[in-house]
Amino acid sequence: MSVTPETAMQRERAVTIFEKGQAGRRAYQPPPLDVPERPLDELIPARLRRSEPARLPEISEPELVRHYVRLSRRNFDLDSGFYPLGSCTMKHNPRLHERVAALPGHARLHPLTEPARAQGALALMWGLERALSEIAGLPHVSLQPSAGSHGELAGVLLTRAYHADRGEQRHKVLTPDTAHGTNPATVTMAGYEVVKVGTDAQGGVDIDDLRAKADGDVACLMLTNPNTLGLFDTNIEEIARIVHGVGGIVYYDGANLNAVMGISRPGDMGFDIVHFNLHKSFTQPHGGGGPGSGPIAVSAELEPYLPRPVIVRRGGAQGNGSTVEFDLDHDRPRSIGRLRGFQGNYGCFVRAYAYICSLGAAGLRDVSETAVLNANYLLARLRALGVCELLPPAYDRLCMHEFVLSGAPMKRELGIRTLDLAKRLLDYGYHPPTVYFPLLVEEALLVEPTETETKQTLDEFAAAVAEILREAREDPELVRNAPYSTPVRRLDEAGAAKHPLLRQPL
Amino acid sequence: MSRYTAVTDADRQAMLEVIGVASVEELFGEIPAAVRMARALDLPAGLGEAEVYAHLRSLAARNACAEDELCFLGAGMYDHYVPALIDMLLGRSEFLTPYTPYQPEISQGGLQVMFEYQTAICELTAMDVSNASVYEGPSALAAAGYLAKLTNGRPRFVVSRAVHPHARETLVTLSAGYGTTVEEVALSGGVTDAAAWARAIDDDVAAVFVAQPNFLGAVEDLAPLIAAARAHGALVVVSADPLSLGILEPPGALGVDVCVGEGQTLGNRLDFGGPSFGFFATRDEHVRRMPGRIAGETRDVDGRRGFVLTLQTREQHIRREKATSNICTAQALNALAGVVYLSWLGRRGLVELAELLVRRSAFAREALVAIDGVSALHEQPVVREFAVSLGLPDLASVRRVIARCAAERVTPGYALGRDYPEYADGLLVAITEQRSREDIDRLVEVLGRALAAERAAAATGGAPA
Repeated sequence: MSVTPETAMQRERAVTIFEKGQAGRRAYQPPPLDVPERPLDELIPARLRRSEPARLPEISEPELVRHYVRLSRRNFDLDSGFYPLGSCTMKHNPRLHERVAALPGHARLHPLTEPARAQGALALMWGLERALSEIAGLPHVSLQPSAGSHGELAGVLLTRAYHADRGEQRHKVLTPDTAHGTNPATVTMAGYEVVKVGTDAQGGVDIDDLRAKADGDVACLMLTNPNTLGLFDTNIEEIARIVHGVGGIVYYDGANLNAVMGISRPGDMGFDIVHFNLHKSFTQPHGGGGPGSGPIAVSAELEPYLPRPVIVRRGGAQGNGSTVEFDLDHDRPRSIGRLRGFQGNYGCFVRAYAYICSLGAAGLRDVSETAVLNANYLLARLRALGVCELLPPAYDRLCMHEFVLSGAPMKRELGIRTLDLAKRLLDYGYHPPTVYFPLLVEEALLVEPTETETKQTLDEFAAAVAEILREAREDPELVRNAPYSTPVRRLDEAGAAKHPLLRQPL
Repeated sequence: MSRYTAVTDADRQAMLEVIGVASVEELFGEIPAAVRMARALDLPAGLGEAEVYAHLRSLAARNACAEDELCFLGAGMYDHYVPALIDMLLGRSEFLTPYTPYQPEISQGGLQVMFEYQTAICELTAMDVSNASVYEGPSALAAAGYLAKLTNGRPRFVVSRAVHPHARETLVTLSAGYGTTVEEVALSGGVTDAAAWARAIDDDVAAVFVAQPNFLGAVEDLAPLIAAARAHGALVVVSADPLSLGILEPPGALGVDVCVGEGQTLGNRLDFGGPSFGFFATRDEHVRRMPGRIAGETRDVDGRRGFVLTLQTREQHIRREKATSNICTAQALNALAGVVYLSWLGRRGLVELAELLVRRSAFAREALVAIDGVSALHEQPVVREFAVSLGLPDLASVRRVIARCAAERVTPGYALGRDYPEYADGLLVAITEQRSREDIDRLVEVLGRALAAERAAAATGGAPA
């Protein structure tokens, strides 16, 4: 049980919107019925109609606002604190982007508006495609995928279509053992078998293992570079050569693009397909778990298979008298087809495009340089404070935009797990780094500070970690039972999974 | 230094000293020279905030949006009113800027929203369980296909031709990977042909897919379609429009396996097609094969009620190649808009809105078919959208009519011939609560004039508009 007095937030017990309100209350006032009030039975037969209304809340507007504002205060957020969640690139979200995305010309544009009457939207998408193409170093882009994992699926389906067009049916996709879980999950959904490739002593792809596994049955290798250990794979050219040598496609998971924008391009590294996470590198707000957006860039060889429709730019006036400059081309016989409705998450495109307009070439390079500087500095600070004696870096190299520590010595010597450290960081006002990923590092802690944090913030965070280790030496129970100050304390996750309660009983 | 970074020259010097390198350049020293850019990115120079705003505003001004013109487009996304409190709540930093609630102790707000959202979707659809959102409608339908594949592994899907064309195509795209084939069942009188449907289903069918109301706006009689699938043990997937469930029998009451749909109409903007959210609800027996995040209720160590992400052994970050889906980031913020919208409408408001849509659509349908040359494309009951035939020879002439209306700042609807050659002169018209009787009267006037002009031009062999 807790030894500290309850905070005001903790005293406020969770009550759902369904438990609030009262029969007869309402927030909505429907428009007046300005057409004849025909009996419903004449319009829709009773047997097709609902007999009982859905038991939605009955609540006034003021209560509704208060409920969700109070709920919002039970969330930690990036605007109020440091959020070094590795692999997620929690960088500042400029409010300008919310303002421009809300302009009615963007926000109230119907997706089936004739292209001639949506030229601003298509010009924006075209401009974003060209910018992403330049950043990736690959000539063609589809903005359609809804998130990174959706982009991965698009990419693996493209490789399937590419090989099928050559009369080949391949069965295997290679993923390193450091890969994001989405990579192997995608491979299975696309109907391939996952073959894992090992990691060498420097934290890169084990080239001998890759050579042994790369054969004519390999459709594709999925890789991030820098990888999920925050390390740049210096053998990247050789890796691409090996996979290309057996006729395979090399796929770039863009989760870690924030390290290399304007510095090194996946296309130049030898990748054939890249997905972007607009919600990471290009600062679409994460929204508590979406929306995201996962455009892909591909080489000329893969272009015919891109999801349809594709945006095309027509040169000048058309023979038919039309002056449409930007159009949607649906006539793409070799396309893998649609991955979703309409043209993708346009609202995310507006924000990413605005971001690229704000930063320009020099600004994007500055993003990556600063992200890498901040990560290396934070690692060096932790080292200088002695933190790395208990939490050593998994690989003793310069890192890129993020780094991995192993809590194994801390667990062994103090009986404190990485999870405990993470929970104690909550009491210090921080969102903890990613924990227990990548899987091959024991008690992993993946730290990504991003470029938008100041040196002072990094100093304070490093000091907090050092302080928690001091606490752990003196009073390990204090750390093991953390957090104390959060709206709720440690939750019974095993119980939740064993006896799932997934909705409010009514 | 850009306006979003904060490392001064002095900071940089101090930081490099602590790291023990001489320059930022050195931090990138491991990248082989051959794969490093020897030039700057070929992008325009960065702009100040006001300049970026002006540029984005000028692009917005080149779009004919529903704020400025009369829009009767639907076909999957609809111009419903989004209440102001949704803008306010979605703009709050606490909802806008965190990520997936991996640390539940500091994410109770977002987790409780998911739990409330799941409850609202279950109530709306009468299904047992809902996840916390998927990307959007068509991919939600395809995700239901993958659940069926995992459930029974049979080799075929059967889909009604009245399912949204984008959803049918998405199902084909995604099932191509795992090798399930997709067979389409034709329509009769604007709804799924029940006899052809029954003939298409056998013991090889993994799942069947039908939309309610269907793409032509027609309310399907689901019961016999479901029974035909059940007889062969195929899973039944219904893609439902959520607002129509204010008045229509919920799919869960009919015993379907999965109910999915496009959530845009629940408090989300049009946004030229996204982001919105897809909902995904199923029966208890399928919960461990469901894709995506699910929030569940639990207790903390002091006994307080709390919420966590649960049943995570389905998911990619735990289960990797054995996961039930690869989805990670979904549409949490859009789903928040969904549950706030449903609470704003409330128990009675949802019914009142649905009934208004039904009556307005009935009025508009009668008014349109009264136009010379226009007839109903089908006679089925409808909720907020219906299809008419314009009495024209082909799709090109429909497009010219739409262009003539556009010149008067009216978009009369969607040309069905774009997706259905058999309805070459079809027009799909959507009526939301934002289209008043006055607006409908204007549509009738403008469309009537455009049709007359088109017929006149065709009769004289004149140049198309």
